[in-house]
Amino acid sequence: MSDLRSAPAPALTDEDHVRGDLAAPLVIFYGDYTCARCALTHARLATAPVRVAFRHFAIAAKHPRAVPLACAAEAAARQGRFWQFHDALFADPGRSDDPHLWAHATALGLDLDRFERERREPEVAARVSQHTRAGMRAGIAQTPTLLHDGKMLPGIPDAKLMARLTG
Amino acid sequence: MSVIAAGTPVPEFTLNSEDGETFTREDLLGKTSVLVFYPFAFSPVCNDQLTLYEEVLDELAARGATLYAISTDARWSQAAFKEKLGSSIRQLSDFEPKGATARAFGVLNDGGFTQRALVIVDPDGVVKWSYQAPSPGDLPGANLIFDGLAS
Repeated sequence: MSDLRSAPAPALTDEDHVRGDLAAPLVIFYGDYTCARCALTHARLATAPVRVAFRHFAIAAKHPRAVPLACAAEAAARQGRFWQFHDALFADPGRSDDPHLWAHATALGLDLDRFERERREPEVAARVSQHTRAGMRAGIAQTPTLLHDGKMLPGIPDAKLMARLTG
Repeated sequence: MSVIAAGTPVPEFTLNSEDGETFTREDLLGKTSVLVFYPFAFSPVCNDQLTLYEEVLDELAARGATLYAISTDARWSQAAFKEKLGSSIRQLSDFEPKGATARAFGVLNDGGFTQRALVIVDPDGVVKWSYQAPSPGDLPGANLIFDGLAS
């Protein structure tokens, strides 16, 4: 049986998806591509002077496409297009069926056969599950949840919180 | 009022299950139960909470734990909520007398609804662990249930 007792969120590693100025404040964003609140959070963070690390919090019980979309993003990562695919998913919420994923993959110039194969690989699903379970252990219970400066910040960041995040 | 403390025998109570049958203290005996007290069916935080716990139900069952979701909603509302969520967690209604069970467990909000709280009951009907969220808007993570089971 795996352990889901409390544990701190894992420290950032080379395996994480991170973008932004190295000198900017770090925000770890636990999100789900089927979550409308996450789409709004993504939009606010994308234009803010922060460094963002994204981790999946994909709950199948919440939405049947949560895990498949996360796996699709990880498959895009294998072809060096994680952030572009991530941005495309959040820019097109609600369009989450396979043809929509193929359209994104094609627009980004991905090898579609490879994308299709890899998004279904057990290792990809395991990575998404690892993010989600580590998030659960850290006490994350909803999306979006941001981690910043040792604090857990559930919900859409309002103007006051954005000001705090950007220091 | 504060949530019933660990080590306290579970008080007598009567709740109504989805099929209209009563559910009492005796129904908790012989197994480990996790009572998930939540404020309102269909409210956003409650949606998130029950789907989160649904995700780890198998792992809780592997640890011998059965979850019950309790609110002051009528059982019809709870049934509709459960169906909308696609949840398999059994719902128990504290509708009439309203909040009597929540009060007995120390989790009745002044507003007349259940606080957001977790109570783990051991097979002998004694509270093994309990937790009340700082406010009804705060969602207790699944990690807390596993912590409580291991305590």
